[in-house]
Amino acid sequence: MMSKRVKRLREQSVNTKPYISAERAELLTDFYRSGAADGVSTPIARALVFKYLLENKTICINEGELIIGERGPAPKATPTYPELCNHTIEDLEKLNSRKRTPFLVSEDDKRIYCEKIIPFWKGKTMRERVFSAMSKEWKYAFNSGVFTEFMEQRAPGHAILDNKIYHKGLLDFRQEIKNRLDNLDYFRDPDAYAKEQELKAMEIAADALIIFAKRHSKKARELAEVEKDPQRKVELEKIADVCSHVPAHLPRDFWEALQIYWFVHLGVITELNVWDSFNPGRLDQHLYPFYKKDLEEGKLSKEFAKELLQCFWIKFNNQPAPPKVDITEKQSSTYQDFALINVGGLKEDGTDAVNELSYLILDVLEEMRLIQPSGCIQLSSKNLDRFLKKGIEVVKAGFGQPSIFNTDVIIQEFLRAGKSMKDARAGGPSGCVTISVFGKESCTLTGYCNWPKIFELTLNNGVDPQTGKQIGLQTGDPSNFASFDELMEAYKKQLKYFVDLKIKGNNIIERLYADYMPTPLMSLLFDDCIAKAKDYHDGGPRYNSTYIQGVGIGTLTDSLSAVKYHVFDTKKLTMEQLLSSLRNNFEASEKIRQMLLNKTPKYGNDNDYADNIARAVFDAYFEVLDGRPNTKGGEYRVNLLPTTVHIYFGRVTGATPDGRKAGEPLSDGISPSQGADKNGPTAVIKSVAKIDHVKTGGTLLNQKFMPQLLADKAGTDKLAHLVRTYFKLGGHHIQFNVVDAKTLEEAQRNPEKYRNLIVRVAGYSDYFVDIGKELQDEIIARTEHRSF
Amino acid sequence: MEACYSQALRLVGRKMTVTQVMKEIEKDMVFYDESEGGVTFSGGEPLMQSNFLHSLLKACEKLEIHTAVDTCGHVNSDPLLKISKHVDLFLYDLKVINDKKHKKITGVSNKLILENLKKLSHNGQKIIVHFPLIPSINDDEQDIVELGTFVSSLKNVKDLSILPYHKAGIEKSKRLMKPTDIFFMSHSPSSETLAEIKKKLGTFGLKIQIGG
Repeated sequence: MMSKRVKRLREQSVNTKPYISAERAELLTDFYRSGAADGVSTPIARALVFKYLLENKTICINEGELIIGERGPAPKATPTYPELCNHTIEDLEKLNSRKRTPFLVSEDDKRIYCEKIIPFWKGKTMRERVFSAMSKEWKYAFNSGVFTEFMEQRAPGHAILDNKIYHKGLLDFRQEIKNRLDNLDYFRDPDAYAKEQELKAMEIAADALIIFAKRHSKKARELAEVEKDPQRKVELEKIADVCSHVPAHLPRDFWEALQIYWFVHLGVITELNVWDSFNPGRLDQHLYPFYKKDLEEGKLSKEFAKELLQCFWIKFNNQPAPPKVDITEKQSSTYQDFALINVGGLKEDGTDAVNELSYLILDVLEEMRLIQPSGCIQLSSKNLDRFLKKGIEVVKAGFGQPSIFNTDVIIQEFLRAGKSMKDARAGGPSGCVTISVFGKESCTLTGYCNWPKIFELTLNNGVDPQTGKQIGLQTGDPSNFASFDELMEAYKKQLKYFVDLKIKGNNIIERLYADYMPTPLMSLLFDDCIAKAKDYHDGGPRYNSTYIQGVGIGTLTDSLSAVKYHVFDTKKLTMEQLLSSLRNNFEASEKIRQMLLNKTPKYGNDNDYADNIARAVFDAYFEVLDGRPNTKGGEYRVNLLPTTVHIYFGRVTGATPDGRKAGEPLSDGISPSQGADKNGPTAVIKSVAKIDHVKTGGTLLNQKFMPQLLADKAGTDKLAHLVRTYFKLGGHHIQFNVVDAKTLEEAQRNPEKYRNLIVRVAGYSDYFVDIGKELQDEIIARTEHRSF
Repeated sequence: MEACYSQALRLVGRKMTVTQVMKEIEKDMVFYDESEGGVTFSGGEPLMQSNFLHSLLKACEKLEIHTAVDTCGHVNSDPLLKISKHVDLFLYDLKVINDKKHKKITGVSNKLILENLKKLSHNGQKIIVHFPLIPSINDDEQDIVELGTFVSSLKNVKDLSILPYHKAGIEKSKRLMKPTDIFFMSHSPSSETLAEIKKKLGTFGLKIQIGG
């Protein structure tokens, strides 16, 4: 049961509509206009502006809350980051009025943007730097929807913290930085000065966060003095005490452990608009020592621990993902900022990590039913079934959480990518599904790659039928191809061309961030930035991976399968017939479309004809990407996930040979095309497990069940068997939607009645009524499995 | 029908060889390992093709796949006993014990059905009785008492599953263009009725489950 306090705070969080706050943009502008950044190095300037923001932003302590601190002046007040993306007045008006993920903008704020912020930042933003550094060919591909670019509006992020802040306070970090500074070798190390500047910036960032906490402490003390309610007075005094201790010093109890994380979180998301916000990672592991000790000493009850966790949960929900615009908004349209809290898995010594808190956190997840933070369970073969079943019980509550990850396979993925066993066991998934070594890795997702679009270009000799422009290679007229292998070869050439284009762009963008947008706070938090005296964006972390997320394996596989089967094997169709049907969006050839739809061996049915093609297209992507160097001393890896991009990519991709009409969504994650899987979830699992997941850094599988199917204990058992079997076959991740189509259709008709209906979209959950009609339709269309 | 791409006309069922069926069964072996499940042969009536069934059962036995046969029992005893050597579990339908009533509902006597069940039980076969409960058709006091008495008299049968009537088959029946059946008039039993009948059957020393 939720306490009155939690209920009220939760309602405040859920019912407050996200709105734009000009505060951060204004402070930022003031700082740079004052000349304070003139004459200092870039890292120092970035650290000083961070300090200026934390010294001057509004301090907010909401009524009744126990864990405190907001990114904006109040819950859901969302800052902008004009150093990255300088929103125009038209952007702000669009934000204010758009249907999906709107942000209200007041007239006062609009004026501030108009008069002060927009003119100052014009020509100085990362967005402008990025676009002006990209080639003509890159822009063709970007504008045609071959790939997207995360870093054009948000900074590299996807960062997850390990357990270091629970063992040392920022003063300890400061000491470490000082020691490193003392050891700089100005005589033999040509980078000594650059390192000095980076380290000094980290020192300033640490001080800034301590100042920020002290301001909260002071405010809490002031509130306590005038507080009438004696119980609240005591709480406010405790809050003041907590905030005067952390983050300067290491936390002494459970409460302080939560609060230190939250200050760090706010620091990271204030410093820069990092993609996928920030994330505590394996919360049950980090907090358990405090929980156990407090419980033993009688300082904490289980109920109060839960209440603190619930207060903590609400803080995440108060911070919507900062607004995105244009293509970047289309590819990832959500308020969700992808903090993914992990429970379960293995300890560093390889034993079962599940503890009492793992269960308590799952209870919190179930009761809170918020879109953020997301929760997932890490499941190793060493974890007991009762833990998995507890997770499934929460899934059955019906809002797509927790998602379930295969720890044993994730560890293999890490080891294949060259991580140490110790680091591998301390890592896990974040964002949607992508893995990283927590606290030690910069794992950058740089954009989605539209496989079916590349295939469309292959079928059109490199010309985009949507615009008539030659944007790809001339790989030949497919009507002249004598075999399916020739077609595959042509596709692979196009794929390599576009992946090269994207990597070249990434390599430039990585340097732009390293040069212009250092993040001293993030850097001090991640090993081995202090030791290397290098920034998070410049290869400071121990591991540096870059991803380009592959999208549309279902659509592409079925399309290739259709060509192979009908054109080359059974010869029921000529290539010309097929191409002309596609060009005309099947308008005069419904019969051909029906044949392609219903008489093609399709991915998701445990049918090797199609599944071997899925393997081949996966391998093609892997070959062209995996292991290539980035500019940070790390390498490229492969992952397959969509967020909401399969809708946008579908919109820019013409009709495909699987019978899909122009503009319809692509398949999502590694799931089969919508409706293509006809043999139930066991066949889906067999099919998708034929891909070698160990070669990836993450794959996403959506499964949707009718709630009736899982109503009783037998249903839970069956789902548990299904998960265990998928994981035995080497699957990386699986998630479930447990709502029926009828409910969803009803919600579409009467959104006002279903405001609280949360569905699993891709690697995250979202409010069904907020996701737009197309995505709603697509969720309804995802195969509903009525039986196992 | 191959030419009807939109699948407005659909052939339900197709000819398959033992090897083809086994290939499908083998695809799911990884799931049997996890769930301790296996194959259930049902129908229609699987014993309508008893030679084919026999071959499949033997093939499963070789692969150590657990097998269940879902039968109405209205089949010749010889083929039934022949296949039974390779069956791990029978799911055996008993609709009503009163022969007159049985004839009225199904059009045939239940004599053979009861005989076959006794034989299987005598041979030590593992059996779960399936009782399809159809309100106002086979749910009166006497039906239940007779059922309980008969099943509890069998030495090897301790499990009985009540299968509550549902209307999921009506659509299928329509697709087959069959005339409206008397069963369409019935309705699903209420949870109170189910609980009451479960309790009553339980007094015969049987382990009762709702749903199969």
